[in-house]
Amino acid sequence: MLEIKNLHARIVDDGTEIIRGLNLTVKAGEVAAIMGPNGSGKSTLSYILAGREDYEVTEGDILYNGQSILEMDPAERAAAGIFLAFQYPMEIPGVATMEFLKVAMNEQRKARGEEPLKIPEFLKRVKDAAALLNMDMAMLKRPLNVGFSGGEKKRAEILQMKLLEPKLCVLDETDSGLDIDALKIVSEGVNALRAPDRAMVIITHYQRLLQYIVPDSVHVLYRGQVVKSGDKSLALDLEANGYAGVIGEAA
Amino acid sequence: MNIHTTPQRTPAETALIDAFGDRLSLLPGDGTVMLKRDDAIEAIKSGLPTRRIESWHYTDLRRLLTSVPDFDPAAAPNAIAPIVEGSAVLPVLNGVSSTKTPDIEGIAVQRLSEKLTDGSIAPGLDRYGADDAIGALNTAFVADGYFVDIADGTELDKPIELQNLQSGGQTHVRLLTRVGAGAKAVIVERQTGEGAALVSSVSQLLLGEGADVTWLIVQEQPDTATHLAQFKAHLGKDSKLTLFVMNAGGKLVRQEIVVKTTGEGADFTLRGINLLAGDTHTDVTMVLDHAVPHTASTEVIRNVVTGRARGVFQGRINVHQYAQKTNAKMACNTLLLSDDGEFSTKPELEIFADDVVCGHGATVTEIDHSHLFYLMARGIDEKTARGFLVKAFVAEVIEELDDEAIVEALEARLDDWFLAHG
Repeated sequence: MLEIKNLHARIVDDGTEIIRGLNLTVKAGEVAAIMGPNGSGKSTLSYILAGREDYEVTEGDILYNGQSILEMDPAERAAAGIFLAFQYPMEIPGVATMEFLKVAMNEQRKARGEEPLKIPEFLKRVKDAAALLNMDMAMLKRPLNVGFSGGEKKRAEILQMKLLEPKLCVLDETDSGLDIDALKIVSEGVNALRAPDRAMVIITHYQRLLQYIVPDSVHVLYRGQVVKSGDKSLALDLEANGYAGVIGEAA
Repeated sequence: MNIHTTPQRTPAETALIDAFGDRLSLLPGDGTVMLKRDDAIEAIKSGLPTRRIESWHYTDLRRLLTSVPDFDPAAAPNAIAPIVEGSAVLPVLNGVSSTKTPDIEGIAVQRLSEKLTDGSIAPGLDRYGADDAIGALNTAFVADGYFVDIADGTELDKPIELQNLQSGGQTHVRLLTRVGAGAKAVIVERQTGEGAALVSSVSQLLLGEGADVTWLIVQEQPDTATHLAQFKAHLGKDSKLTLFVMNAGGKLVRQEIVVKTTGEGADFTLRGINLLAGDTHTDVTMVLDHAVPHTASTEVIRNVVTGRARGVFQGRINVHQYAQKTNAKMACNTLLLSDDGEFSTKPELEIFADDVVCGHGATVTEIDHSHLFYLMARGIDEKTARGFLVKAFVAEVIEELDDEAIVEALEARLDDWFLAHG
């Protein structure tokens, strides 16, 4: 479903190369964990997948269902089924959360040639998703993410993911800022979305999240490259022995 | 040597002076009122204000007012529905008030022409300063409007909507409101029409002890109209005024706000939205006097500038010597969406008391790219996402009003503007 080939990318502003020849393949139904020390390019990778303009791909390609997405803007990528759960979701004052959800869902439906949702159906879906994530509907009456705690923001991201039904989910450090109870709830929400036709890329610094969302594959990112891949035991190995060993092998 | 200090009159000045001669016999007023009119036209004869007058520095009225339409007795504006359903509507059509006034308990409504004829309004016709050109223009020509008297303790459950509707020509209107002690009301001042008009409109509001008023000015003139307006209020002891101003139209607009806290514990809130498009000029100028101790005010102005539009906000806060414990905060934020648009902000704090908290801030920004990315990453196309963020920037101020019917009504006006200018 996702094929990243020899990807090189840099920051537009200052030309710093962050991704340096990254290769990664994720199949439909697969949950791939990307781990790595700080500054290895994990978050950058998530932004590049979502199409953030601050980064420029200088070499290589990203194929999604066999098609290059490099020329697509973030909205087109989202409409095609790519979803990024942000590490730091934006607070946007003045944008009502419910209105935002409705427009986002209907824009994506429109892009896929589907009819807009009727209001009762929309409300039902939001209520069901909120219940699953143990979210209070009153929260959704507030402006988008405004005044949400760190944990509430992360839940809101997973709520959006559930409602938008993407095919490729990229979760950037979804575990950061979550206490253990919230982590369980969010993980259950994510696990409920695992499906044979849906791939997930879970970016995390710690193994902790992977106890709850058990990955099919684990990839270690270092200096903008995947330096080692393995199954879920690799995550445990990293937890026990740190990144030094893996990085040493690569160097 | 011949020193000639009066420059040649502009076509607009000449037209106003000629119109006064023609209209004089039709203007209501007793002797005192007519003397005030004479004084006012003399002020206009000495010339409309230019950029050399400090308070008009960013709005050179003499240069910008290029023409003045004739009065048009046949102009017949269409009635419009109030922004909040069920409001009591007081219409002024082509400068003339209605003989039929709604019958609401606790409210007495009088046509302003009657108060001009009997002279009881005369003291209120004075200009507030030598640079009060709008006051002068209005005093010279005003023929009608309303006097609304809300009795002590009256609590209105529906808004009153004062509608000033034009369809070309000149209209000069005055809206007087007295709100009694402990009374509570929402008053909408609607300024709109469909002609290449010159409109002057002066609103005066007197708040009694403990009165609580939300006053909404919704200005949606066409881009052919010149709209010169004034809102003047005196805030009595423990009274509360929330003034909301929305400018969403007009070719040349100046909205002056002159507020004085005259009783301790008075509280003034100003929230303003300027939606500027095309080749237009819009000026909001506020002069706020904290004249007694223990009064508070906050002012937030949000501007959206598109096209070649120019905007101005001047906010002057005077804290008098005895007005200790004054708390005043002012902010003016502009979203500049085009390279050709411009916005000028001039905050002025003049503080003579030594125990006060006063502050001001101004920002000019473009759309936040990280916000745009977030919305687009959810599949919202760029144009829609930008519209969302622009609307959010101003809607934030509306939502503060905290009254569902009003918020909905104002957001509908906002949507209309975005539909026409999106």
